[in-house]
Amino acid sequence: MYSFFKRFLGAMALLGLSTQSYAESGGLDEAISRIFEPIANPIVNVIFYSVPIGGVQFPLIVGWLVICGLVATIFFRFIQFRGFKHAIDLVRGRYSKPGDAGEVSHFQALTTALSGTVGLGNIAGVAVAVSIGGAGATFWMILAGLLGMASKFTECILGQKYRNELPGGKVSGGPMYYLERGLREERNMGGLGKVFAVIFAICCIGGALGGGNMFQANQAYSQIVNVTGGDESFWVGKGWLFGLLMAIVVGSVIIGGIKSIGRVTEKLIPTMAGLYFIAGMIIIVVNIDMVGWAFGEIFRGAFTGEGVVGGVLGALIQGFRRAAFSNEAGIGSAAIAHSAARTSEPVSEGFVALLEPFIDTVVICTMTALVIIISGALLTDLTGVELTSAAYATVLPWFPIVLAVAVVLFALSTMFAWSYYGLKSWTYLVGEGKAKENAYNFVFCLFIIIGASMSLGPVIDFSDSMLFAMAIPNIIGIYLLLPVVKRELNKYWAKIESGEIQKVK
Amino acid sequence: MVKTFIVGFDGTDACQRALDFAVSCAKHQSAAVHLVHVLEWSPYKFMSSEEMRERHERKKHEVASAEKFIEPIVEKLRNAGVDITSEVQYGNTTEILCGIAKEKLDSQIFVGRKGSSKLSKLLVGSVGMSLIQSSPVPVTLVP
Repeated sequence: MYSFFKRFLGAMALLGLSTQSYAESGGLDEAISRIFEPIANPIVNVIFYSVPIGGVQFPLIVGWLVICGLVATIFFRFIQFRGFKHAIDLVRGRYSKPGDAGEVSHFQALTTALSGTVGLGNIAGVAVAVSIGGAGATFWMILAGLLGMASKFTECILGQKYRNELPGGKVSGGPMYYLERGLREERNMGGLGKVFAVIFAICCIGGALGGGNMFQANQAYSQIVNVTGGDESFWVGKGWLFGLLMAIVVGSVIIGGIKSIGRVTEKLIPTMAGLYFIAGMIIIVVNIDMVGWAFGEIFRGAFTGEGVVGGVLGALIQGFRRAAFSNEAGIGSAAIAHSAARTSEPVSEGFVALLEPFIDTVVICTMTALVIIISGALLTDLTGVELTSAAYATVLPWFPIVLAVAVVLFALSTMFAWSYYGLKSWTYLVGEGKAKENAYNFVFCLFIIIGASMSLGPVIDFSDSMLFAMAIPNIIGIYLLLPVVKRELNKYWAKIESGEIQKVK
Repeated sequence: MVKTFIVGFDGTDACQRALDFAVSCAKHQSAAVHLVHVLEWSPYKFMSSEEMRERHERKKHEVASAEKFIEPIVEKLRNAGVDITSEVQYGNTTEILCGIAKEKLDSQIFVGRKGSSKLSKLLVGSVGMSLIQSSPVPVTLVP
């Protein structure tokens, strides 16, 4: 009844019968935010426990992720550079045997995994990073992306090595499995492994509901409001309605089993990503004379931190945070995605996965940042997807509409990907079963509505905190299992050198 | 002397005609027939994560049903005294047929041609056309 009344008021506002009902129609949204924030804030405070370094609050978790990338980089002696060409060769199919035809190719594994990570992080996340951390945040984002390549390499090899093949050929894999089995078999730490696996699974469910869901719904909603007239839009204050529509689409796929919707959405993603990339390149080419200056700003900002709260560290923290959110390296989600692909060599999957942070962060995020810096939109007080949208509109005025479609599609595809990660974690905890799976799926859809109803601040903080929380057990596991990966890697290189694995083309 | 007649076969009428013709040629020259059934497949086609997870199972299923489909045809000809072998492959039809032809000495490729209308003549991308362009051995197009 209450919601009907609100809808009625909204309709009145639309007809211009009431000029006052803006704030009123936002009442329901505010109510949801009010209930949610007291729960979200304590979680955020724990995960982002910060220590003051040189007068800036430094969240320890950000350091945790970057150090993992650094350790993996050094441990595998810069595998992201040494193995880069090999990774490209794998994706080009130069090592694919004729018998592999009909199975998932490396190219397909890469593009599918990318469609799960390329998305709002690249559009909205970058905008958040540069609007708070200044141009210099881009530099630290690129650095974090390069280090993330080594983390992802490691976790995807582990995900492949310790995956579970169920009768019927379906596979389940991911940090839950390598934490449990890997630590038991390799380190004789079965108990600890099990505890880590359970913690990871719980955090993954939280991350799926947060970053993989609420953040997506929120940003998609904000972009829709933006292109349908801003403050005048029909959608103002109707986040719940937008959320409901998204929830129906997602629900029809994950609960109703209407797979075709999911497939259509996922197949539109490469087109959208391509369009986004081409548009970005056009803007950069049009302003080619400013590219040098923009890179200058990026480097200057990175080491002077001029005009940024917290100076260099402020820029660094923002850059690192957004990079981690965008490419998910060290978080463990990619390990779940990659363990679904079938390959005779777990290590080759790691090489392919190593390209993801490169494409996602080093290429696409940098491009977004360049467009924002060049356009001068950084001087406005916009943030999130609105900033990116405004930046693109300076050269391509119609682009916000394309971006709105892209944002909704990206949001949907990321939701599908994360609903799967969360579901795998849920079934790891409670076991497989239709009723159990649907209970999770229902909650997942509910959170879409909540996410679309809240203002950006609490959503971003909560989704960040849950997503980053996954990294705690995952990275401890990675450290403990590094020797396993090293052994596998050495075996793999030996096979290549001996000619057992040969280039076919 | 041709030793092997390679026939691209997908079960259509055109392919059946090609097979019949190849069989009669093979009989005259006491050569063998090699039946190839290609399941169109590209490693660069985008795949949703759902499809990716089911892929291995689906491949097994597809291969099994393809084999089940050509098995009776091969069996019937074998019983009729034709020296016939078969295989099921994933990939691009033209590439697969050319690949097999390269390995088999003294072979020829037989494929059917579906269309006879003016419109279908415009569709240059057909298997027959691309085989003519790239085959290492003589190609026979059976109308």
